[in-house]
Amino acid sequence: MSLHATTSQTVGPFFTIGLRRLNKTNLLGPGVSGEKISIEGRVLDGNGKPVPDAMLEIWQANSHGRYAHPEDDQNNQLKPGFQGFGRIGVDENGGFVFTTVKPGAVPGPDGKMQAPHIAVSVFARGLQLRLVTRIYFPEEALNADDYVLNLVEPERRATLIARRTAVAGALQWNVILQGVDETVFFDC
Amino acid sequence: MSNIRGYRRPAPETQPQHLHPPYVSSITRAPSKPLVHMPHTLTEVTGPLFGIEAVDVKACDLTRQHSGEPLGERIIVSGRVLDEDARPIPHTLIEVWQANAAGRYLHKVDQHDAPLDPNFTGCGHTLTDDEGRYRFVTIRPGAYPWRNHHNAWRPAHIHFSVFGPAFATRLVTQMYFPGDALLHFDPIFNCTADEQARNGLISVFDWANTIPDQALGFRFDIILNGREATPMEK
Repeated sequence: MSLHATTSQTVGPFFTIGLRRLNKTNLLGPGVSGEKISIEGRVLDGNGKPVPDAMLEIWQANSHGRYAHPEDDQNNQLKPGFQGFGRIGVDENGGFVFTTVKPGAVPGPDGKMQAPHIAVSVFARGLQLRLVTRIYFPEEALNADDYVLNLVEPERRATLIARRTAVAGALQWNVILQGVDETVFFDC
Repeated sequence: MSNIRGYRRPAPETQPQHLHPPYVSSITRAPSKPLVHMPHTLTEVTGPLFGIEAVDVKACDLTRQHSGEPLGERIIVSGRVLDEDARPIPHTLIEVWQANAAGRYLHKVDQHDAPLDPNFTGCGHTLTDDEGRYRFVTIRPGAYPWRNHHNAWRPAHIHFSVFGPAFATRLVTQMYFPGDALLHFDPIFNCTADEQARNGLISVFDWANTIPDQALGFRFDIILNGREATPMEK
């Protein structure tokens, strides 16, 4: 017997009513170890206008490269207190910011390690399906060999890599939904 | 660790196109470049899990969040969360939100000239049980106008957000009601080409869960991506 997965529908403009309860913009907590980082940016539409009714969900490994999930059977450390999930709404200017630790490298499909990355789902009015993308880190040696980054044409890879700012630990990364500088989205 | 069992991809036309011009908001927001196909890695086959500590057990009854009863037709919405092989998805978080009986959301952006109900917030959540079952008590939401096109009205619907076992199974959708004349005209409902897939969003009137003298029942099963049969080879 095979069913088909239920059709996705947009979150619409009023999703905060139901979803803000789980908003989480700071993934740090007692006992969470690793390099503290913050990532700020904006969600922009095809005209370069801010999207004020969008939401990001993030999913990441801890600083040891371990996911808080039973299917991650690696032996590296899983300390309580770091779930790896965040839900971040945007403000009226499409702006967002969240604080977390830089994830460790995790195994990839080619037997090599994947470069550190954060998986992102983008939801908004106008999006009938979530958009899936990733945040990678600047000046990261593993980026060159990363299996998923290498699926992307070289000139578009920069859309997936956060940029350093003048402030240590503060990174910048935008979601551009459409257009010349469109963020790479994955069929996932 | 290199052999990851991924999740299945949707059958053709059973999911919406990103760009669906009759839904005007998609025109400047849908990606214009093709999505990059990627295999599921450890990142995608894991995902956030929420336990009972993340849940308020009373939040499955949207009619008991205030001092009085909300206005409108009390209903029971229940069903199961299953995968594509009909296996139940136990202990997964479902979040819902909706308009009140007059078709008004408790949200500052909603300017529809219909009354707010001081006894109805319109949000709830629950975990599925061991057999993937869930149950909400709420009121039937009203239809409401929107500005997508001339004389545009959304059919009555309840928004559902479901996590499932992995990042790859995350789903947000909308549940509709049987026999709603507005479905035919709604660009959001009609954004999916496959008719059977669309109709899967329409709940079924549910005698078995209708409570005499109290509430009508509606059944809505939610299907999440199934698992690939064999692990991906490197």
